[in-house]
Amino acid sequence: MVRYFTRLRVRRIYKWGGRPYIFDRKLKSYGFEYLNMSVEGQEAVTTVTPGQYILIEGNDDEYPFVAKLLKLFGDESHKQKKALVQWFLRLSEVPQNKKLLLGRSPHPQEIFYYLGRACDDEINAESILGTVHVQHVPEDTPFPEPGTKDTLYVKLSWDTKAFNVLDPVLMQDTSASTPPKPALPLFTPCASPTATPVSRGPVHHALPTPDPTVMRRAGSVSDTRATMSAGKRSTLEAESIHSASKLSASKILSAKRRGSAADTPGVRKKLQLSIGASPGKKMTRADVLCELLDEEMESEKVVSLKLSSSVSHSLQHGCSLSPMRSGCKTPNGQRRFPWKLTSISLDRLSPTALGEQDFSSDLLLAVIPLALEDEVFEAGLPTDAGSANTPKKRQATPRRNYVRGQKPTTPSRRKESAMAIREPALGVLAEEDSEDSPMQPIALTPRSKRKSAQLVSLRIRKQLNLLDNTQELISDGDDDCFVPSKKELQSSSDEEKTDSEEETVARKTRGRNCKTSVRTPHKTPSKKKELQSSSNEEKTDSEEETDSEEETVVKKTRGRNCKTSVRTPHKTPSKKVTPSTPRCATPCIPSRTVPARQPGNILEEARARLHVSSVPESLPCREQEFQDIYNFVESKVMDGTGGCMYISGVPGTGKTATIHEVIRCLQHASDMDEIPTFRFIEINGMKMTDPHQAYVQILQKLTDQKVTADHAAALLEKRFSNPAPKKETTVLLVDELDLLWTRKQNVMYNLFDWPTRRHARLVVLTIANTMDLPERIMINRVASRLGLTRMSFQPYSFKQLQQIITSRLNKVKAFEEDALQLVSRKVAALSGDARRCLDICRRATEICEHSASHPSSAGLVKMSHVMEALDEMFSSSYITAIRCASLQEQLFLRAVIAEFRRLGLEEATFQQVFVQHRTLSRVEGLQPISLSEGLAVCQRLGACRLLLLEASRLDMLQRVRLNVSQDDVLYALKPVRD
Amino acid sequence: MSKRKVKETHMPVGECISQVQMILRERFCHQRLPEKPVGMESQHKHLLELLRRTAVHGESNSVLIVGPRGSGKTMLLNCVLRELLEVKDVNKNVLPVHLNGLLQTDDRIALKEITRQLNLENVVGDKVFGSFAENLAFLLEALKKGDRSSSRPVLFILDEFDLFAHHKNQTLLYNLLDVSQSAQAPVAVIGLTCRLDVLELLEKRVKSRFSHRQIHLLSSLSFIQYLDNVRSQLSLPQDFPDTKFYDEWNDSIKTLCEDQLVVDVLQSHYNSSKDFRSLHLLLMLALSRVSASKPAIKPTDLLEASRVCMVDSKANILHGLSILELCLIIAMKHLNDIYEGEPFNFQMVHNEFKKFLQRKSHSIHNFDKPVVIKAFEHLQQLELIKSMDSSTAKIQKEYQLMKLLLDHSQIMEALQKYPQCPTDVKQWAMSAFG
Repeated sequence: MVRYFTRLRVRRIYKWGGRPYIFDRKLKSYGFEYLNMSVEGQEAVTTVTPGQYILIEGNDDEYPFVAKLLKLFGDESHKQKKALVQWFLRLSEVPQNKKLLLGRSPHPQEIFYYLGRACDDEINAESILGTVHVQHVPEDTPFPEPGTKDTLYVKLSWDTKAFNVLDPVLMQDTSASTPPKPALPLFTPCASPTATPVSRGPVHHALPTPDPTVMRRAGSVSDTRATMSAGKRSTLEAESIHSASKLSASKILSAKRRGSAADTPGVRKKLQLSIGASPGKKMTRADVLCELLDEEMESEKVVSLKLSSSVSHSLQHGCSLSPMRSGCKTPNGQRRFPWKLTSISLDRLSPTALGEQDFSSDLLLAVIPLALEDEVFEAGLPTDAGSANTPKKRQATPRRNYVRGQKPTTPSRRKESAMAIREPALGVLAEEDSEDSPMQPIALTPRSKRKSAQLVSLRIRKQLNLLDNTQELISDGDDDCFVPSKKELQSSSDEEKTDSEEETVARKTRGRNCKTSVRTPHKTPSKKKELQSSSNEEKTDSEEETDSEEETVVKKTRGRNCKTSVRTPHKTPSKKVTPSTPRCATPCIPSRTVPARQPGNILEEARARLHVSSVPESLPCREQEFQDIYNFVESKVMDGTGGCMYISGVPGTGKTATIHEVIRCLQHASDMDEIPTFRFIEINGMKMTDPHQAYVQILQKLTDQKVTADHAAALLEKRFSNPAPKKETTVLLVDELDLLWTRKQNVMYNLFDWPTRRHARLVVLTIANTMDLPERIMINRVASRLGLTRMSFQPYSFKQLQQIITSRLNKVKAFEEDALQLVSRKVAALSGDARRCLDICRRATEICEHSASHPSSAGLVKMSHVMEALDEMFSSSYITAIRCASLQEQLFLRAVIAEFRRLGLEEATFQQVFVQHRTLSRVEGLQPISLSEGLAVCQRLGACRLLLLEASRLDMLQRVRLNVSQDDVLYALKPVRD
Repeated sequence: MSKRKVKETHMPVGECISQVQMILRERFCHQRLPEKPVGMESQHKHLLELLRRTAVHGESNSVLIVGPRGSGKTMLLNCVLRELLEVKDVNKNVLPVHLNGLLQTDDRIALKEITRQLNLENVVGDKVFGSFAENLAFLLEALKKGDRSSSRPVLFILDEFDLFAHHKNQTLLYNLLDVSQSAQAPVAVIGLTCRLDVLELLEKRVKSRFSHRQIHLLSSLSFIQYLDNVRSQLSLPQDFPDTKFYDEWNDSIKTLCEDQLVVDVLQSHYNSSKDFRSLHLLLMLALSRVSASKPAIKPTDLLEASRVCMVDSKANILHGLSILELCLIIAMKHLNDIYEGEPFNFQMVHNEFKKFLQRKSHSIHNFDKPVVIKAFEHLQQLELIKSMDSSTAKIQKEYQLMKLLLDHSQIMEALQKYPQCPTDVKQWAMSAFG
């Protein structure tokens, strides 16, 4: 189906609407109030006014760029039509490696306010495809229920480095008045929306004068608020106007849109007939509900799409639908033709009985429901003969309206208004048993009485009239019912504009749907639906033919889009910048003659995955740290500045792994030309013999030069202090920083001093185990240069460890759940070291394998196996060692304890102990051993470190201490004595 | 040897004896590995499995074999390696590198040794590489180049593992274990140590990289098993050329092991230590007493051997002392009794000795002081007495504080055995206060 006028630019006709309100003499440009877009051969005209969110033609047809129109202007000759926009980004436009920064899975409809400066915000107005709804979602509130396909949500802003919470003021200010955003220097376009920057011809700027429309709207909103506080009536009216306008607009695409309509034409028709034929009949919500249920059951595709959403859920919305529709109309009528319409609505649409309050609450529901409920909408909506619309369209429109209405209000005001609306609506809400979150009322804030909306009401009235006359049309199906509405469209140009505009929105939303469908396995059904709907379209008149044409376009674009979507998740493994040493002698371990065998069974597979060396696809549980480091490094790389960061954490908490992951992502980003290229160098304090070797290694990795430490230091000093053109940023990872300590600390000093140089472009990331390393071992001038950018990696909690193991195992079912939990709890309690955890798991798999009679018959790793592995790794072996010691050795240990007790000290000389030993031997009835032998026994115990001994040259004067607690010794010896 | 030519049934006794000695010595001197390690089956399986995975799958591992001295750590490892290398796939695939903490006393030497054993120095063209730093970088580069599936697994065998832990910064251990925990060339790091607390020696980041696998070799051998083991150790193998002698010898061994005297001797040995190394020493001494005229081990041989093994070394030294030196020792003993083990100096000993001389001047020749000093110094050289303060230079010899490194019982025993010891001296030694 047709969503945008994307097919060919030729086909789109752009006309300035209104008179040029201002003339900038300097730039010779005119500002315009709005822009009319129409498609050749079609009479629908879309009006775009500044402040609206628009879709802009981009290289990706299915995901056109999103922006907010700030200003329209043209040159004298009116040949060039330009527009000033504020860009929004989709996640797919965010560089791949930055996506992780989001730290959560993005909402499919999520877009981001673009704060970057890399994109030209002046576009050719003729690249505008249409309008779209954008809704600002406050940071802490969840997205409206998943699946709504019509609206885009803004929650965060993106400044090319990080996602930030979007200041709601930004969203509003830009719409209320043209923002003072300067025309930015034109950078090389990023992957972000650089749709069609106006490159040719003189660029004209209109002065940012308040757009009358916007002004009016702003006024109306405040107006709305006032009325809201007074009573809800006017609000409702305003809202209804929207929905009404939507109704008309959505008609255009009704049948073609969704498969459900096509799938269950019978039910639908029945519904339509039942309602359409007896307009006066009172249709309770329950009835609608039942019918909806029926329909739901019948339409498989609906089900397939709805799998996730519960039936009851959708039902609620279904319920709310019919009253809403009725409500839509009633206020509409009231507004323009108060008397007539009310009457019409009353006798035609039964649920009006619920009253306007009802309507408001319905709207609430209608605004929020997500795409999955669309089917329900569709099912329910056709009952309205006059507007046999696809619900989606309708759904889309209110939301957009909301956003538009929203714009001029400040957040506080919005909240007020939200409250104002919510309170009266509450009763109804309860009645309807709806599950409105507090956020939803906010979404209600209606758009003010826009002119177009007012005009639409006219059309609706006509439509309603027409409905009374043309019942048979309705019963024929939505395509037929479409015709009259079209005629109406032709009758009033203004209305048409609105319609087409809304149509574009709907199409746009459709496009979004397609997007999701491409991603999800629902792709095929949706496509099928489209085909079906397109076949439906064949009956329709010329206008709809255009639509079908457009649809093909969309299909095409989808094909293209598939490609891109395939590309995006593809994560190219980064190339490490390990400069290959062009030394003549490249050492390497000889390669094996027999290839390594691949893991055979599940346990082997699990073991391979659990090996610390296996690089996981992602690093779970370190998202925050990842993001922080990423932001830090990226910002430095982007700005071409330098900086230091100190990272601490006990071993096995993923410090180095996280940084490597960050670097991988950054490398990828730089490969994609999203950030400037940079150099990554890694040194490890443990992998050098002397702290000064750090210079040598850094220089060697930078330039492949091999020089002495002093010379290297001098060269590096020069390199980092002199300006050089085209110098790329160097990211230096210093692992095990504490080993670079020297007495004068000059190595550390230099490492931290270089980044502060003006031309260094050096980012130093340092890792060590102790959190207070800077305070403890660094002298002040070094610690000061290190700065305060610190991060500490906490030991993993048991949940995190469990997650790590699970993510590593990645569906390889080798462990019992409890067994995993035991391991992670145990390790978390002891050290929180992920390496340990993985090692234990590996050992447990081995034990499991050995315990089974045949390797292939080994089942899951059970608690007992894990316990055994834990025992092996954690229990001290002293007690076993004592039990396994020879008799004389045991006797000697007892003598030691006896002597300690006698002396009251924890230390005795061998001579003293030996006397005790002799006595004990006699008691035990053993032949006393000679002193030499006694010494040998003592030495053996000392070698095992059961005893701590002085140097053996002290002979019998050497002092003896126990390395185990006396209790342990006695415990270990007890069974032997018994 | 010419044994092959001799007819199997008739071999001169002398020939047979030398054959027996050769076979048994090979056994006792650890030149030949046993067929199967005794009493450590599970450990053997564990280690074999582990190394097999490294060799076959290229999985990096690290393991410590811990056990008291003489418990068979190296034997176990060698058995496993032998078994491993018998596998055809593995034979040409693994590169064992043997290091010993007593030989490679620092990382520099260890690195050179590793490079040599990996035959990497050939790559450099026989160039003796320069600095330690270069060596390390070189080796790490080499290991880093490899990957799990393509490069040959390297088995690093670190004997006396605990000594490597004392190297500066534990650089070598860190790097080896780091390689074993990262996707580089597959390595297995096998540490052999007798220290139970070896993990506490490792620095925390080194420790974190160690897989914490420990194979403990703690023999829980009972005396019966011990005895069985003795018998099997002494028995001749079935392929002994002279069947008659083979039968005779094995029978004699069987009767030997049932002899009560022998059992007692072995029991005391067993009580002292269970390890096989000391047992082998004992059996070796007994074996050396076998000759053509006495073609079997007699219980007395074993007893004698055990006496040799268990002899008190200091008592032997005392037997070789002169009367004067012995008198000085007795004087020291009395001083120890009087002052309850407090240190003494030469002057005190000399006074004590003079008192004895005054009482019993007739029996012993009156020695001059320099002669006595000489004797005293000799005792010090024999380390029968030990200077207490380290800074010897500052104090006059006569006044340096000393301590006796002998037990009373040792002195009395030595006096009993001393040839032609004057009775006065003996009495003096035995009297409570001289």
